Amino acid sequence: MKKTVVAIATLCVVGLSSTVAAKNAADTTPAQDLETYRSYFTKKFPGVPLQEFSNGVYAIDQISRDSWEAIEEFPPYEPFIEEGEELWNTPFANGKGYSDCFKDGPAQRKNYPHWNAERKMVITLPLTINECREANGEKPLKWKKGKLASLLAYMGYESRGQKTNVVIPEGDAGALTAYNEGKSQYFSRRGQLNFACASCHMQSSGMHVRTDILSPGLGHTTGWPVYRSKWGNLGTLHRRFGGCNQQVRAKPFKAQSKEYRNLEYFLTHMSNGIEFNGPSARK
Amino acid sequence: MIDVKRRVFLKGSAAAGAVVAAAGAGLIAPQAVLAEWNEAAFRSKSVADAVKAVTGTDASVESADIKIKAPEIAENGAVVPVSVSSSIAGVTAISILAASNPSPMVASFALGETTVADVSTRIKMGKTGDVIAVVQAGDKVYTAKKEVKVTIGGCGG
Amino acid sequence: MAKSSIKLRAKVKNGVTTVKALMSHPMETGQRKNKKTGEKIPEHFIQEVVGTYNGKVVITTSWSGGVSKDPYLSFSFKGGANGETVTVSWSDNKGGSDTKDVKIKGKK
Ligand code: HEC
Repeated sequence: MKKTVVAIATLCVVGLSSTVAAKNAADTTPAQDLETYRSYFTKKFPGVPLQEFSNGVYAIDQISRDSWEAIEEFPPYEPFIEEGEELWNTPFANGKGYSDCFKDGPAQRKNYPHWNAERKMVITLPLTINECREANGEKPLKWKKGKLASLLAYMGYESRGQKTNVVIPEGDAGALTAYNEGKSQYFSRRGQLNFACASCHMQSSGMHVRTDILSPGLGHTTGWPVYRSKWGNLGTLHRRFGGCNQQVRAKPFKAQSKEYRNLEYFLTHMSNGIEFNGPSARK
Repeated sequence: MIDVKRRVFLKGSAAAGAVVAAAGAGLIAPQAVLAEWNEAAFRSKSVADAVKAVTGTDASVESADIKIKAPEIAENGAVVPVSVSSSIAGVTAISILAASNPSPMVASFALGETTVADVSTRIKMGKTGDVIAVVQAGDKVYTAKKEVKVTIGGCGG
Repeated sequence: MAKSSIKLRAKVKNGVTTVKALMSHPMETGQRKNKKTGEKIPEHFIQEVVGTYNGKVVITTSWSGGVSKDPYLSFSFKGGANGETVTVSWSDNKGGSDTKDVKIKGKK
């Protein structure tokens, strides 16, 4: 639980290649990366059980955790779960519904994101929801908040307890390329401030930046969607990616763009073994 | 349904241990106390005026029998969880103020005879300052305070 | 948002019923400015929340806009049994209101 206060511009960055060999994304295998990434955090935060990393900054800072626990007494995301359930149960104009697309019900988190070899792309849960709508003659929903986020809240809630298990299929060059693209994005410096995701969420995790304590990148994909008090509503993972890009004055990619889907693919793989616990509340 | 999968780290009910002895005598029905929104209290710019507008008196004593649960450092001033409980007998009302807010009086709770003196809410705090609890019992007024540091203010934009 | 603006739970344990309510409401103080137009957003907040048990008022709460958006209230009272009804109602400064019942759960 480090409490060093650092100005954003002076965040120290030790050679990234020494933590996860990222100079050349293809130099290490996904399995090796997973091992390196996970042990980086378990060593940096000894005493924090692996599953706790699904709780972001609350895994490592007791004071923040106190407020959070009080908020979890009646979390602000609950009405959204209910709304999502209603949406799930409301048939489309053609009489079909989400359960015709998701045959084994709403508890789907464990299946996403995944590589689709035929379409040669990473398929995320939000993407599948909107494709389901469009296949049934409905308009797609907005990616970052609103009804889609509520559906994700319901599906996430029903999936609580499932474990992250993103498999990069062996022998599929396309899948590995997508993974490696996500990985190099994570370690590439971008924006006017020249930061990589890893600069903040690995090297500087646990430190204060302005009014935030940087959360460890491990478990970063498990708690979505998230009700952020700052947003005053529920948002999706790609909304957060966009926000983090903007913080370093880098142009964000579009939600569900190839870039963010690949990033999600890599980052979710890094959380393999950690349970999904979305939706969550954050400050 | 929701209960089943709730995260279960929370200790028992918030009321545990704080159950006060019944002291029904002389209670005014809550409706009578707060039939109307107390404009004077809520619009007041000073803690003292607000407390007076709610309790009708300047005379209050600090009490160790009031417990304020609030974070030492607020994660986000827009949402500061605050609980106030008291073991003083015969509590009829509890008020919560944020001393450094432009209008300090935030919430006032009129309790019925069987109501436990233990309430929780979430408040906005513009900047670092005391959270003040005012507890009325019989014709006495008791207070306690606790400082909450705020790094992201929750009042402005 | 779901149909009711109130989410409500009531549990009885050791002879005390604890009620927790989460309401959907903007709780505008009147001080905030619309980022685009620069105009102040008019105040709009819940002024009163009443909790009743078996038709009897157990708590009357008065609030200012200083209570957080999507406000939370928790209170407890002595008594209550599985299946009995707790009601929470709110009314705001613009004449809006809502009310919701819930059955108490748990053994005494
Ligand atoms: C300048 C530092 C910085 C950079 C660079 C940065 N972030 Fe963040 N990120 C933050 C801060 C601050 C927060 C909010 C506090 C926290 O949870 O860490 C945050 C939060 C997050 C969260 C939410 C965590 C949670 O538990 O709620 C995710 C996910 C995330 N960032 C992913 C990324 C990704 C992916 C990148 C690269 C595209 C990135 N961040 C780049 C500073 C940064």
